[in-house]
Amino acid sequence: MHSSNLLIFAMKKSLRLATLLIAISFLSFTLISYSPIDPVQAYVGADMMRVGPEQRDKIAEYWGLDKSPLQQFTHWGTAVISGDLGTSMIFRRPVIDVIKEKFLASLALMMIAWILSGILGFTLGVIAGMKEGTWVDRAIKWYCLTLASTPTFWLGLLLLIIFAMGLGWFPIGLGVPAGVLAEHVTMGDRIQHLVLPALTLSILGVANVALHTRQKLIEVLSSEYVLFARARGEKGFVLFWRHGFRNIALPAVTLQFSAFSELFGGAVLAEQVFSYPGLGQTTVQAGLRGDVPLLLGIVIFSALFVFTGNLIADLIYQIVDPRIREGESSL
Amino acid sequence: MSLAAPLKKEKKKLIKPKQIEVQKIMKPVKDIKKLQATIEVQDLSVSFIQYTKGLQQKDLKVISSLNIDIHPGEILAVVGSSGSGKSLLAHAILGILPSNATVTGKITYKGEPLTSKRQEKLRGKEIALVPQSVNYLDPLMRVGKQVRTAVKDGDPIKAQREVFSRYYLKPEVENLFPFQLSGGMARRVLVSTAVVSGAQLIIADEPTPGLDTASVKEALKCFRELADHGAAVMLISHDIETALKIADRIAVFYAGTTVEVAPVEDFKGKGEGLRHPYSKALWGALPQNDFMPIAGFQPLPSALPPGCLFEPRCSMVTPDCSKAQPEARTLRNGMVRCIHAT
Amino acid sequence: MMKVIETTTIKTPYLKLNRRQQTIISIILSASFLLMIILGGIFSSNEKIQTYLEMRNLSPSLQHIFGTDWLGRDMFVRTLKGLTLSLGVGMLASASSVIIAVVLGMAAATMGRKVDTFISWLVDLFLSVPHLVALILIAFALGGGIRGVVLGVTLTHWPSLTRVIRAEVMQLRSSEFVEISRQFGKSSWWIATRHILPHLVPQFFVGLVLLFPHAVLHEAAITFLGFGLSPHQPAIGIILSESMRYLSTGMWWLAFFPGLSLLVMVRAFDILGENLCTLMDPYRGHE
Repeated sequence: MHSSNLLIFAMKKSLRLATLLIAISFLSFTLISYSPIDPVQAYVGADMMRVGPEQRDKIAEYWGLDKSPLQQFTHWGTAVISGDLGTSMIFRRPVIDVIKEKFLASLALMMIAWILSGILGFTLGVIAGMKEGTWVDRAIKWYCLTLASTPTFWLGLLLLIIFAMGLGWFPIGLGVPAGVLAEHVTMGDRIQHLVLPALTLSILGVANVALHTRQKLIEVLSSEYVLFARARGEKGFVLFWRHGFRNIALPAVTLQFSAFSELFGGAVLAEQVFSYPGLGQTTVQAGLRGDVPLLLGIVIFSALFVFTGNLIADLIYQIVDPRIREGESSL
Repeated sequence: MSLAAPLKKEKKKLIKPKQIEVQKIMKPVKDIKKLQATIEVQDLSVSFIQYTKGLQQKDLKVISSLNIDIHPGEILAVVGSSGSGKSLLAHAILGILPSNATVTGKITYKGEPLTSKRQEKLRGKEIALVPQSVNYLDPLMRVGKQVRTAVKDGDPIKAQREVFSRYYLKPEVENLFPFQLSGGMARRVLVSTAVVSGAQLIIADEPTPGLDTASVKEALKCFRELADHGAAVMLISHDIETALKIADRIAVFYAGTTVEVAPVEDFKGKGEGLRHPYSKALWGALPQNDFMPIAGFQPLPSALPPGCLFEPRCSMVTPDCSKAQPEARTLRNGMVRCIHAT
Repeated sequence: MMKVIETTTIKTPYLKLNRRQQTIISIILSASFLLMIILGGIFSSNEKIQTYLEMRNLSPSLQHIFGTDWLGRDMFVRTLKGLTLSLGVGMLASASSVIIAVVLGMAAATMGRKVDTFISWLVDLFLSVPHLVALILIAFALGGGIRGVVLGVTLTHWPSLTRVIRAEVMQLRSSEFVEISRQFGKSSWWIATRHILPHLVPQFFVGLVLLFPHAVLHEAAITFLGFGLSPHQPAIGIILSESMRYLSTGMWWLAFFPGLSLLVMVRAFDILGENLCTLMDPYRGHE
């Protein structure tokens, strides 16, 4: 791609991101300002009974809750633009720090699940596509469609029942062993706590990639260029490797990147089931306990996360697909 | 026999191919008939299974009792309007029909039956296809590499570069992707895949549409050269004029079968030398002849007439014509399927 | 010389039924299954889900096929009621979502470039936040409850379908029969009601089939997380989140059966919808 094209591409994308973020912030803020949940109570928590009306007002003033919603938004908006997402009410720490820390924990989980489901889904899709119409294909298709109807959290519970409670192979939840000091937690501990949530998350991601890959491969196999390849004597694995893989890998990879949205949603559920202290569980807490700054911060962050996935998917197409990459320079 | 006589002059002008080793079976194309046919197709039928109203299955016959044969050094043009099943004939010979197709009849290649096992072994090696369009090239693979995959023995890179220079494709073309090729270039690349394979039987499926006159000439020249070096060439085309320029014999295809096979020199004058009424009508329909369109339409595979397939449109029709499909018979150094032909 | 080249075998469809018969049987089976859930949910008495402390924590048996919980409530009846509730919420939310999608999709395709750009931006906007996060946000704003769930699921599920419908209408608009009607001087209202709308009716059902599973699963998920229905309502999400507290005591049936039932119900709806589409689509019916 030419550098000038790249520049235009970058500008377009940044403009898009900016408008989306502004709109999301505004919409979320409006929604939250209508919420019947009392933010002061959220801040004070269980000590509500011991807080008098005077203290209430002070707290409200401190958080700017006595101002009109519009004033609050402008106040919050200017702070966000300067990189300050505010302070979390439940963690009593800057929102950015909370998100950073929790996201790092979730990242390990999501990465493993993302890679695993990608590889597994692609393989299943290829097998089903190559054997289209046979019982293998039918079984894989059936399995994927059933997975697509499976509630994430129930699958997590199932794994919990079987592997943690029944067989006792894995701990029942949390990111680290309970009652152990942070510096004593080993890598092995962390991995052991990661296995089940990651498995839950990856099993569900499989269906999408597998069905998509299967469809794409069937299309490719019935294409004219595969017919011609067969006429030249190619068959079996060589045929798949030369023409099938080449033409289905790119869509599969980009699909995986544009599935960041589902990945995040799945992480919320998986983390809740396994009490894994990541960003997903934090989202639920922020919502349940009315931590407005944190919830808003997470909404913006999740939008950025999804946007990044889509951006990478777009970029891969721009760089890898010759029809786009060399499109301008054709003879 | 003087089958190739009118073409001799033109042949001398051809540039001799530089290196490509095409097996030299014979000297100039004479006495073709004495040689063993490269391919012989007898009584070939191809049908597809179709669901009608969801309850019954129906066989849809797209090719019925078709006969052709091609000898080494010969170009046989299969000519017929679109939808007459010409491409399927090519796919049947190569054994690459879709799985819901049923094939009956017999195909012999160099005297031995062409079973599906043998087809699998021979395709791309001894039997090569030159497909219709650039869509038959993998869109994500550089064309040079695609030509190299067709090379069966020897150094693929060397063979590919040689064939490219022979067809005036610049060296940088090998690094292009199919979407970057012009129509003429794409055609030459497609022909290259057949040439590097060193095949003895080359099936070219509509190799000329969409090309300018110069490119058509060049493409046809390629096939003539291949034939002159001993390959048997089957040229499938809906364009009879193009076919007449280079073919030795013409097979006229109608509604899934060959109604006539005639030496190319029979296509002249008012078509008196031709045997079948359809061939005559086809010849007469050309602009430089009477420019007379044939009344009616070619029947669909689902509604073939019981007797002669051309009967509903024939000007010489008699009651006998609708009784049964006429057998193929030899007539004046050709073949015809018409009870009235003389 | 030698004979016969190759005869590909015709695959006999399993059970010796042809495709259409299979389709119809699938429809009947899945439809009656769903009907049984609904009827069961509505007519099963509340008596069985009262507290019976003497019957608590029973594992599945003939009397209580899904077992009982820590209050002695019959899990089968609770599940049935929960499924019916989910079905209702899912239907309501997905139907409203489809209506939004149809209206916006048609508007985008017919009301000029500015509207089109705006709607496509709106679609992007709603797709830019993960569904679950948006659901939490909406449920939070509405203070939980069934209203929040229905509204949340409705508002998050229309965007992808809007794109599909927009493309469909665009294609219809440029099709030949619409072009001819236009040349005959028919008004755009006439074209919209005579040509475009009839094509969108099947689209409506297809959209429902596509959205319903997502809607139900998201309803269950958001309820499971604690944002949705109140703990007194017999929702699958509630049952499962409650069960988490009792899993360590080995009461696996509290989670296993309700979740499995939800899975089976969603799958049954899926099968029903898929087969109905096959039956309605003139092209696919004859394959």
